[in-house]
Amino acid sequence: MKIMTCPINGARAISEFAYAGEFRPMPDPTRASDLEWADYVFNRNGVSGIKKEWWCHTASGVWFIAERDTVKDIVLRTYLYVAPGVEA
Amino acid sequence: MFTHHDELKSSYDVVIIGAGGHGLASAYYLARDHGITNVAVLEKGYIGGGNTGRNTTIIRSNYLTPEGVQFYDESVRLWQDLSQDFDLNLFYSTRGHFTLAHTDAAMRTMRWRAEVNKHYGVNSEAVDAKAVKDAVPMMDISCGGHSPVVGALYHAPGAVARHDAVAWGYGRGADRRGVEIHQKTEVLAIETEDRGSGREICGVLTNRGRISTRKVLCAVAGSTPRLLSMVDLTSPIYIHPLQAMVSEPVKPWLDPIIVSGSLHVYISQTARGELVMGASLDPYELHATRSTLDFVESLSMHMLEMFPFMSDLKVVRQWAGMADMTPDFAPIMGKTPVKGFYLDSGWGTWGFKATPVCGKTMSHTVARDEAHPLITGFGLDRFQRYALTGEKGAASVGH
Repeated sequence: MKIMTCPINGARAISEFAYAGEFRPMPDPTRASDLEWADYVFNRNGVSGIKKEWWCHTASGVWFIAERDTVKDIVLRTYLYVAPGVEA
Repeated sequence: MFTHHDELKSSYDVVIIGAGGHGLASAYYLARDHGITNVAVLEKGYIGGGNTGRNTTIIRSNYLTPEGVQFYDESVRLWQDLSQDFDLNLFYSTRGHFTLAHTDAAMRTMRWRAEVNKHYGVNSEAVDAKAVKDAVPMMDISCGGHSPVVGALYHAPGAVARHDAVAWGYGRGADRRGVEIHQKTEVLAIETEDRGSGREICGVLTNRGRISTRKVLCAVAGSTPRLLSMVDLTSPIYIHPLQAMVSEPVKPWLDPIIVSGSLHVYISQTARGELVMGASLDPYELHATRSTLDFVESLSMHMLEMFPFMSDLKVVRQWAGMADMTPDFAPIMGKTPVKGFYLDSGWGTWGFKATPVCGKTMSHTVARDEAHPLITGFGLDRFQRYALTGEKGAASVGH
């Protein structure tokens, strides 16, 4: 993987991007038990596969989602995050 | 050197997954110290082909937390007479180990580490820049003027050893005591059953047939999350590659091991004259051992700041290993919520030096179904208790 396509800035060198981990829905902090919260804070899905991940184009500060194959190191698609209930 | 077994037996007292240093050391001590020899070590690839054969062979115990210091100190003690134990030359070579500090803040951490180390009887001391220059006269301690060396943590017992021989020594010792090592044997599933008091291990399914067993030790480095998913357990482990490279051989000029967390560099010279070099983790998750030019470029850039004359050296090999990282840079070892399933994992970038003590403590844990006292700070359950073991003395961690 040498090039990543930023949804705003287009194809750029991978060195301009920062990886920020897998996309994971956050449980409601006011309702989650200590165990559920610890699970959210610490545990990760470390198994290989096609994953939805947070990436940032650091030169412009654009945060977006990339779907990436963690074995072949190929990005399948990238798009801006739209919060549930918000119209794009 | 090893007995070849055509068939798997239908059952074993203990099945160890992973014939790397950790798995084979556990098998060796299970047989030697606990008399448990009806053991199979299953290996998908070949002996020592994972991170055992991919690390930069550095052995040290100058860690930061009391848990870490005591654990690695026991390991260094075991290392020192391992060649005798195996009747196999591991080329164990005590070199001394400098962890460079380029800022006052880093120097403060070095003093902290030195004090913790001394408290536990480990030979470490904070030294000034002149001591570094005296030990390595060919180093530009101004680092090209960018980040001058202020001082260092000096750890006299720091050593290197031939990593392949460690796996072979433990493997041969286990093999001679009756342990079966099965290479090219892939684990496809781990079977559990509920006998009233929670889930328990009952068998392992491999590409060469099914095995009944009540105890499974998982020692598979970068494959840990996949194996954990077979028993429906989750962990904080995530996989990033760690790369390293080696130069052509040159005449000896670098006696000690040099590490700079700030410049993301570590370097030592082998008995053959090659320079073994490593840096920090790759910046994103990946389940592959590919090498990149980015790595060579950034490592070389920092290396040349310290050793400008190395610009004439050729890089002859580079490689990567899959490191199973944890949020607190400490391993995850011991019992799990599944009875009979034991974990030796989370060894990230710091597992080679711990090979002997992991074998000692995990064999104890498996044989007695009770965590060895040295590893109680490393349990998987520490995360749900928010009781982390912050081991910032680990390799490739900046301060």
